[in-house]
This record gives sequence, C-alpha cells and structure tokens, in this order.
Amino acid sequence: MPGPVVVFVEQRDGKFKRASFEALSEGRRLATALGVPLHAVTAGEGIADAAKELGQYGADAVKVADHAKLKTYANAAYARIVSRQAGSASAVLMSASALGKDLAGHVAAMLGTSVAQDCTELHVEGGQILAKRPVYAGKAYATLAVNGGPMVATLRPNVFKAAAPDASKTVAVENLPLDARDTDFRAVVKEILASASKKIELTEANVIVSGGRGMKGPENWGLITDLAAALGGAAGASRAVVDAGWRPHEEQVGQTGKTVSPTLYIACGVSGAIQHLAGMSSSKFIVAINKDADAPIFKIANYGIVGDVLEVLPALTAEVKKLRE
Amino acid sequence: MNIVVCVKRVPDSSARIKVGADNKSIDPAGVEYVLNPYDEYAVEEALKLKEKAGAGEVTILALGGPESAETIRKALAMGADKGIHLKEGSQGRDFIATAQAIAAELKGRPLDILLFGNKAIDDDGAQVAAMVATLLGIPFVSTITKLELNGRNATAHRPVEGGVEVVEVALPAAFSAQKGLNEPRFASLKGIMAAKKKPLEEKPAVAGEPRLVLVRLDNPPARPVPRIVGTGKDAVPALIKLLREEAKVI
Ligand SMILES: Cc1cc2nc3c(=O)[nH]c(=O)nc-3n(C[C@H](O)[C@H](O)[C@H](O)COP(=O)(O)OP(=O)(O)OC[C@H]3O[C@@H](n4cnc5c(N)ncnc54)[C@H](O)[C@@H]3O)c2cc1C
Ligand SMILES: Nc1ncnc2c1ncn2[C@@H]1O[C@H](COP(=O)(O)O)[C@@H](O)[C@H]1O
Repeated sequence: MPGPVVVFVEQRDGKFKRASFEALSEGRRLATALGVPLHAVTAGEGIADAAKELGQYGADAVKVADHAKLKTYANAAYARIVSRQAGSASAVLMSASALGKDLAGHVAAMLGTSVAQDCTELHVEGGQILAKRPVYAGKAYATLAVNGGPMVATLRPNVFKAAAPDASKTVAVENLPLDARDTDFRAVVKEILASASKKIELTEANVIVSGGRGMKGPENWGLITDLAAALGGAAGASRAVVDAGWRPHEEQVGQTGKTVSPTLYIACGVSGAIQHLAGMSSSKFIVAINKDADAPIFKIANYGIVGDVLEVLPALTAEVKKLRE
Repeated sequence: MNIVVCVKRVPDSSARIKVGADNKSIDPAGVEYVLNPYDEYAVEEALKLKEKAGAGEVTILALGGPESAETIRKALAMGADKGIHLKEGSQGRDFIATAQAIAAELKGRPLDILLFGNKAIDDDGAQVAAMVATLLGIPFVSTITKLELNGRNATAHRPVEGGVEVVEVALPAAFSAQKGLNEPRFASLKGIMAAKKKPLEEKPAVAGEPRLVLVRLDNPPARPVPRIVGTGKDAVPALIKLLREEAKVI
C-alpha cells in the first residue's frame, strides 16, 4: 500500500500562503489519482487553530508542529519534522518559495533522496508520479520519475491552481511533538527586516510590470510603478537596470534574479535577452513595449506595441485607470 | 581559516540549448561552458573573507568530467589557493548523488566555511548545498546577500518574500551565494599565470546513487504566435481591448 501524499504548508505570522494552497490542491489531485490520503503538515507558533482551515483544501489529516522555537524558519528543525512524517510517503510537496526551495533539500537529504525542484507539472502515470520541471533556465523541460522513496517536489508558485476552500469540510488537527534535535537550531532567524514598502512580492504577483534600460533612467520609474499600481501588480526590472543601480536586486527578473509566472507580464523597454526570458517566459500573457520592432522580446510576447515607453506608458496607465473607475 | 568553495562547470547563460535526438540530453554542438555565475559570487566571498582574516586557505572543489579542471583553474586565477577535482565518468547524477560525492570528500577535512552558488544554471536546482550541509551535519543558510563574521559566529542576510531574514549561525557552517552578495573580481593576467602552478588534486568521485530518473527531455512548450498590436500610444486602446476581451486578464 503506497503511503500518503504529504504537503508542507508554509505560514508567515500565522497566515498560510496562497502558494501552499496551490500545493495542497495539487496534492489532493495526486492523492486521488494514486488512491492514497493527503496529509498537510505545517509548523510555526500559535497556528494550531488556524490549521483547521487546511482541511478545507482537501487534506485528510492535518498535522501541526506548534512551538515557540518554530516561530521563524529553522531549516533543519522544520526538515526534521517534515521528514519524520514522510518516511513512507508517495510524495512530499511544497511550494518553490524561498522557504520551500531551502527546506526541500534538507528534507530530501534526511530521507536519502533527491528533489524535483520548481515543477510546473505533476501527473500520475501507471501508478507512478512524473514531475516536469524547467532546466537550463527554461530552455528545456525535464520529466523525472523517482527510483524508490517518495517524490520530493517543489511547485512553482502561480502555476498550479488553488481549489476554492470547502467550508463544510472539517478535519481534526493532530499536534506533532517538537521532534527536533538541539543541533537542528544552529541556523536561527534572529530578525526579519521587512521591505520598506508593503509591496506585492514579485513571485506571488498576478501582474508584473517590468522595466529595462529603455526606461532611460530611475527618474522615469514612476511610470512603471503607476501602471503596476493601477493593475494591482508588482514592479520588476531587468538586470541592466539593477546593475546600473536604478532598482534593488530584489526586483530583478531573470536567470540571476527571480523566476516569475504571473498571468500578465508587461515588459517595458526590455530587450528580451535570453537571461531575462529565463525568468519570465512561463508567464501566461506577455506584453512588450519597445521602440525597436526587432527586439527579441517581441518573439515571445503575445501582444506588442512598437513605440517609446515614455509615451506609451502614461497612455496605458490612464486607460487602465479609466477601466477601474 | 579553512574555506571550501564548490564550483560547477555549466553551459554559458547565453547558450542556445537544443534537446538532442535521444530526448535525454542536450545537443552539445556550439555550447560553451563557464564557471557557474553564482559560484563566482561564492569564490569572491571566500577571497574576501580570507583577505579580511589575513590568514587562511581557500580550496576549490568541483565534481565533473575532465573539463572541470579548467573551471577550477578559473577560480584559482581569481585568487583561490588550491583545487580538488572529483573526476566523474559519463554517469548522470542527480542532486543527492552529487551531494553524496561532495560530502564524502569533505567529511573529516578541516573546514570552517563552506560556500556554494545559490544554484547551478544548468539544472537550476538550488538543492546540492542544503544536501551537502545536511550530510555533513553542519548548519546552512541559503541565498545570502550579506555575510559577516564575528569570531566563531556568522550573521547572514537571506532575502525572502517581502523581507530579509537575518540569520545567525555558529561555524563551521555552509552558505549559498545569491546575486548582490558582492561583485566578483576578474582574474588578472598574473592570476591566470599563477593559477597554472597552484596545486590541483585529482581523484575519482565516489559512486552515487541517483534517485531521480530522467524520463525525457523536451523543448519548452511553444508560445502563441506573437502579435504587434500597433505603433506608439495610438495602439493603447487596441491593446486594452485584447487584454480585456481575448486574454481576459484585466
Ligand atoms: C550570467 C548572466 C546572467 C544574467 N542574468 C540576467 C537576469 O537575471 N535578468 C536580466 O534581465 N538580465 C540578465 N542578464 C543580462 C542580459 O544579458 C541583458 O544584458 C539584460 O537583460 C539587458 O537589459 P535591458 O533589456 O534592460 O537592456 P538593453 O538590452 O539595453 O535593452 C534596452 C531595450 O530598450 C529599448 N528602448 C530603448 N529606449 C526605448 C524607449 N524610449 N522606448 C521603448 N524602448 C526603448 C531598446 O530597443 C532595447 O531593446 C544576465 C547576463 C549574464 C551574462
Ligand atoms: N558537480 C558539482 N561540483 C561542485 N559543486 C557543485 C556541483 N553541482 C552543484 N554544485 C554546487 O552546488 C550549488 C548549487 O547547485 P544545484 O543544487 O545543482 O543548483 C552550485 O552553485 C555549486 O556551488
């Protein structure tokens, strides 16, 4: 009898992440296909009550490690807790967030297995889980199977659909003991410096407006953030812009920046270098605004406008605002 | 202070990647290889730590085919002291098998700081570092943009969604380098010459036990045919209409 699908659910300040609901929903689909139960595992402090919600996403069992020492992320301790729940699992899933990418490697090493990282598709074929993931920065896609042991996989945020919660479902919450060793707390988060502004996180944003060197200078960045704000999205940047010091590293999209998969990505004055595409080519709809009709960004854009961003952006923002009124 | 930096030889970030006819490997024609860009940040950080401490040794470790020696020399040319090349045949390795071979080599060696790149830009894993640290039983902080030593303790900055985690850790410890940590130096001509004479130990990598099997490798899914909506700001209404009615995203 194959074991459960185990999903690690991530929380911050007692709030579960949407990307974890995506992982839970995908876990539900896999568990049903395999004919095994779905277990949700989470860790933190003071979250036992909130964890009841996880049953509404289809978990058959909800397990919570609730302890003051788990308030902030402690990689080895979190991994110890998850790996203890996963010895006989068919699969261990989590979001490919900053935390999930870090946690997965620890969990896998404790279980003596590997990780299918940043998957964009999972399915069951002949009773076996197959994981599809981009490699070479999205220039190829690998399909992987696991040879013994659970399939440990992280799921790219914004790619898998989160099911609507079913409020009629209730599941008892099981408390897990703090099953970690003292040595599991050697890397400790002392403090979290919150971003100055309450910006929407790039990797979680549904809409991203991103600017390149074609924006001409940091003084024009308001055109990017205005459109992003009008669309309820986040602002990103090319590496050229970050390296020029116009924008901080955390806003860089691409191979050495963030990998994003929004529903709508608007590239403004971005040439579309292969390293930039690496970070955004799995976006659902791509719009490019560039004055050079031959810019490579147009090759992957659904819609393009050939023109000066400094002129097109204010007009576009005005139109979007009109719609929102 | 003993610092080890793990480096990997990877296709250049601008390389065109074509899936081979076997649907299992990439077509090697025309692909150029480089020292993994994230590993350059790791090497730079190691050199800076040594310079600051005024003493210590920076060892470069790479697992790979014969050509990986070249990659190690690149890091030696930047200023590292010596290299270890874990030689590998043609067998494929997944993250855990790679980590097992690296950990087997490092086990029992004097080590204060172990540095990795955040990810290798071929397999895009960001997994090997956490695995090696776990196998060695040392603490690990991933994707760091700042590292400060204070005696036998270190403080690292780790950007996460919506903020930066400040992580404290006791040495020996492992870290993976994110862009923003530093600006990697270029190898000087003198450095390149000196690197040729630096010690580079070669030994076979221990056998690994890959757990992930590559079923197939495919080209990326095709994107829809691109469409130029128009020119200049006059094209804005048409774009808005498409985004609303066709894409249904605004
Ligand atoms: C190892 C490595 C990693 C890298 N990682 C990344 C990464 O993560 N992310 C990334 O973005 N890049 C990355 N790069 C850099 C990448 O190769 C490009 O240099 C970079 O993306 C170019 O940025 P850009 O498009 O803003 O600038 P440019 O290439 O200079 O393009 C500017 C564009 O703006 C257009 N333009 C100019 N003026 C206007 C105007 N008034 N109106 C409209 N359009 C205008 C031009 O036609 C041009 O297409 C990496 C490179 C390397 C070697
Ligand atoms: N074959 C290898 N030899 C040496 N170091 C490696 C190797 N593979 C990965 N690494 C290290 O682990 C980091 C993360 O790689 P990965 O987990 O494969 O994305 C790299 O940046 C290197 O520092």
